[in-house]
Amino acid sequence: MTAIDPTAHLTAEQIEELGRELDAIRDEVIADRGEKDAAYIRKVISAQRKLELASRGVLLFSFFPPAWLLGTASLSVAKIMDNMEIGHNVLHGQWDWMRDPKIHSTTWEWDHVSPSDQWKHSHNELHHTYTNVIGKDNDLGYGIMRVDEDQKWHPFHLGQPLWNFINACFFEYGIAAYDLELGKNLHRSRRNNPEFRLRARAVGRKIRKQVLKDYVIHPLLSGPSFLTTLAATFTANVVRNVWSHSVIMCGHFPEGVQVFERRSIEGETRGQWYLRQMMGSANISGSKAMHFMTGNLSHQIEHHLFPDLPSNRYAEVAVKVRALFEKYELEYVTGPLPKQVFSAWRKVVRLSLPNKKPKVRTPEREQELLAA
Amino acid sequence: MTSTALRSRAWKLLEMVTTPLLPSDYLDLVSPLRAGADLRGRIEAVHPETGDAATVVIRPGHGWRGHTAGQYVRIGVDVDGVRLWRAYSITSPTDRQDGRFTITVKAIPDGKVSNHLVRGARPGTLIQLDQATGDFVLPRARPAKVLYLTAGSGITPVMGMLRDTEFDDVVMVHCAPRPQDVIFRDELHDLVAAKKLRLTEVHTATDGMLDIARLDELVPDWAERETWACGPAGLLDAAEEHWSEHGVQERLHTERFRPSVVVAGEGGEVTFSATGKSVDADGATPLLDIGEEAGVLMPSGCRMGICFGCVSPLKAGAVRDLRTGEITEAEPGVLIQTCVSAAAGPCDIER
Repeated sequence: MTAIDPTAHLTAEQIEELGRELDAIRDEVIADRGEKDAAYIRKVISAQRKLELASRGVLLFSFFPPAWLLGTASLSVAKIMDNMEIGHNVLHGQWDWMRDPKIHSTTWEWDHVSPSDQWKHSHNELHHTYTNVIGKDNDLGYGIMRVDEDQKWHPFHLGQPLWNFINACFFEYGIAAYDLELGKNLHRSRRNNPEFRLRARAVGRKIRKQVLKDYVIHPLLSGPSFLTTLAATFTANVVRNVWSHSVIMCGHFPEGVQVFERRSIEGETRGQWYLRQMMGSANISGSKAMHFMTGNLSHQIEHHLFPDLPSNRYAEVAVKVRALFEKYELEYVTGPLPKQVFSAWRKVVRLSLPNKKPKVRTPEREQELLAA
Repeated sequence: MTSTALRSRAWKLLEMVTTPLLPSDYLDLVSPLRAGADLRGRIEAVHPETGDAATVVIRPGHGWRGHTAGQYVRIGVDVDGVRLWRAYSITSPTDRQDGRFTITVKAIPDGKVSNHLVRGARPGTLIQLDQATGDFVLPRARPAKVLYLTAGSGITPVMGMLRDTEFDDVVMVHCAPRPQDVIFRDELHDLVAAKKLRLTEVHTATDGMLDIARLDELVPDWAERETWACGPAGLLDAAEEHWSEHGVQERLHTERFRPSVVVAGEGGEVTFSATGKSVDADGATPLLDIGEEAGVLMPSGCRMGICFGCVSPLKAGAVRDLRTGEITEAEPGVLIQTCVSAAAGPCDIER
């Protein structure tokens, strides 16, 4: 929570007008959504499958170093495509309108150890509804870190740069644990909850399948290249994990992003909800390829405003959204990937130590800061 | 070990290789019509028949089990990126040699799929198929005398029969607005010239609608004929009444096209068919709230239309998106977000 409310200059009426303008942007895309969009996602899915097949094919000869390098690099890209531009967005229901049961949020499964239905609950339902609300949105530090001055400090947080690094390398496992709410559910009183046990078993099954595929079956198929293929799939998984972790950190942790108190969302209107998404997210600037590899989460602000619009439309939506930020004099947090990753990491390191003064937002303090 | 058991083992192993996808997801990339794939077809040609009707030539996938003359097939076509399913009569004979079959489609006003197929379908396009079905078919025992009573696109299943099986004595009474609106007109006239068919065309634009009592004059021995009738509900209702009155209803076989015309209204009776509850709903309350108030176990999430945690199958009727006003009509496989949808007329949610 920053000391100065950057939306204080807006009247309630302006906020509702902003909401209507955003609704209009959404309606425009929906009215125009059609064959070209459907062709886009089918092309991406087909390209991802071909790339994955090809890289697994190349890795059959991974004892040969150039093959290892090529296979590992392309498998990493294929895994990133699967999780980011395809999996994340399909599971958001962005393509449900096509009514194709093969590309649908209710049937999709992704190359990830967290089963898609559990991820959909924690991500779509909790994170997207309660974005950046302390105590409600567990994405704020994933329960292992403090990413805002107003989150309570605990000696455990001293290690958070290390926790964050480990989480980055094994991000998919971090997400699976997070979707299971392990921190809460491992408590003795909850451990035997049948619902939790059922979900934990589902995660166990998914992990077994993923591990078997990547670390047993494909290496075995490679015969003499067993060990090099094992190393290749491990590397590809780590690359995918670090990449998606970095992209996702940039979405809500960089400096300039706002967090909110539980109280502040009571009786929230549509306009206020939109405003919270605008202030609680940050973008990554870059080339088309960059946007594609982030699964268009580089348009995090637009994604949070319209989580169910097809990802290929965020770029055009961003132009209009940015104009609204200017019109309403709000800060559009964006920057190139290295800058945003650095900013997020700096915060993780800084907040591993307790802050001197908790920044509680009071009118007096705002005056004080404005004067300073 | 039997070969099927061996094959299923091999398949299981392949699934471990491709997880979380299925082997078929990869095979579909190269061979979508192969044996064992979901049933699909490829549009190979589209031939115009009249100003608003066209015949679509379809090569079905290997799983296609063929059809019986007079049957229809459900096809799933992507129109503007959205998959829509419709049923069309098969118009090709069952002994067609090249493995393809045809459907003949008449574009109806505001018909998304029919207009797309007649005017926008491109050869090479993949479509989804179901197996042919329907009991509007010829009997095993050959009837001595046959009457085909058809109107408009109702001629399509009958054309499938005419092309498939020759009878000694066939009469056809067909209604269409004008001569140029008669689908298959040249072929019908060729059959007439070859003395394989006696045909009466009723041109309703000039002659008015067919009065069923005129059958006595057009086909004096109609009551002795095994009759297949297909066309709009008005014609079929009149025919059924007429045949019943004369006590020969067992000779009449009808096929009704049920265009899914849903009249969208404001609110209506909502049925939760899995739970077996029905309640009245207004046009402004989300179906999620309606269901919960009625004690139906409804899945739910954000309650604002973003998380897709509440999607439920819409089995019948129509709903309105409370954000955009857009109407969604029931079709197999259609899921709706109950938290932002209200009843637009009576509807059935499978919960």
